[in-house]
Amino acid sequence: MLDLTDKTALVTGASGGIGAEIARVLHKAGATVAISGTRTEPLEALASELGERVHVLPCNLSDAAAVDALPKQAVEAMGRVDVLVNNAGITRDNLFMRMSDDEWNSVLDVNLTATMKLCRGVLRGMMKARWGRIINISSIVGAIGNPGQANYAASKAGMIAMSKSLAYEVASRGITVNAVAPGFITTPMTDKLTDDQKTNLLSQIPAGRMGEAREIAAAVAYLASADAGYVTGTTLHVNGGMAML
Amino acid sequence: MSDIADRVRKIVVEHLGVEEDKVVENASFIDDLGADSLDTVELVMAFEEEFGIEIPDDAAETIQTFGDAVKFISEAS
Repeated sequence: MLDLTDKTALVTGASGGIGAEIARVLHKAGATVAISGTRTEPLEALASELGERVHVLPCNLSDAAAVDALPKQAVEAMGRVDVLVNNAGITRDNLFMRMSDDEWNSVLDVNLTATMKLCRGVLRGMMKARWGRIINISSIVGAIGNPGQANYAASKAGMIAMSKSLAYEVASRGITVNAVAPGFITTPMTDKLTDDQKTNLLSQIPAGRMGEAREIAAAVAYLASADAGYVTGTTLHVNGGMAML
Repeated sequence: MSDIADRVRKIVVEHLGVEEDKVVENASFIDDLGADSLDTVELVMAFEEEFGIEIPDDAAETIQTFGDAVKFISEAS
């Protein structure tokens, strides 16, 4: 069992399926968690489920000022941030030839730029502490692409390259920076797929099933742990064999 | 002034693990004291905390030597 007792973690997108599960697993391992997201209601529900050692920090990551403020709010709430999980992300799917500047920019702003700003915001404290864990939730499509998702795929590939570059810079300070790239995971978003779409999808997954949010959370918990101190700049693909990278 | 120099020297000695007598006016953090670029960022962070000042990034880039640091901090605080 991974032990994160006395560690503090900031998780973005915790109002969504995967983010909430990440917060649950880190909390269960003993961490104090700050859960962030745009929708307050699910955050409050998650907070009451978890009970103690939890702070609700609503934040709209498309608001640049709110992004800059979030690391400070997390430090105010928990004293410091040992673990940052950049899980929040949005999609604005469209065929490339029809994709508007706004669809492109809004996805890059939230998925990539906000991730960069949050990393920058927590690094000072991690450098001083000589310990830190940054885990950026990318996606399989950041590695293999996906029609209709040029913006999303670019943002998720950007997160991987950014993580690697940052990992180089701060490795000597006890800070690791890694990415987790989920394949298709059962969430409210994927529940909306039709049976035909699901059958088609499953035929491409050697494991023959979709992944579960807790399987992403387990990967995050490992990378957040002290035991993963020698793992940095890597991308952990959790995709049932859909892409073996 | 000398008080500031002493405090700056103490931070540099602690952070870079160098001998105190090596930390002289013209000593370059990177060329003479073995700092890497990330060390210089950390030194600036430490100066900011010790002296309760803000050192903007463009100013931080001009602080190359021990003397530069003492001069900047003396003027800023």
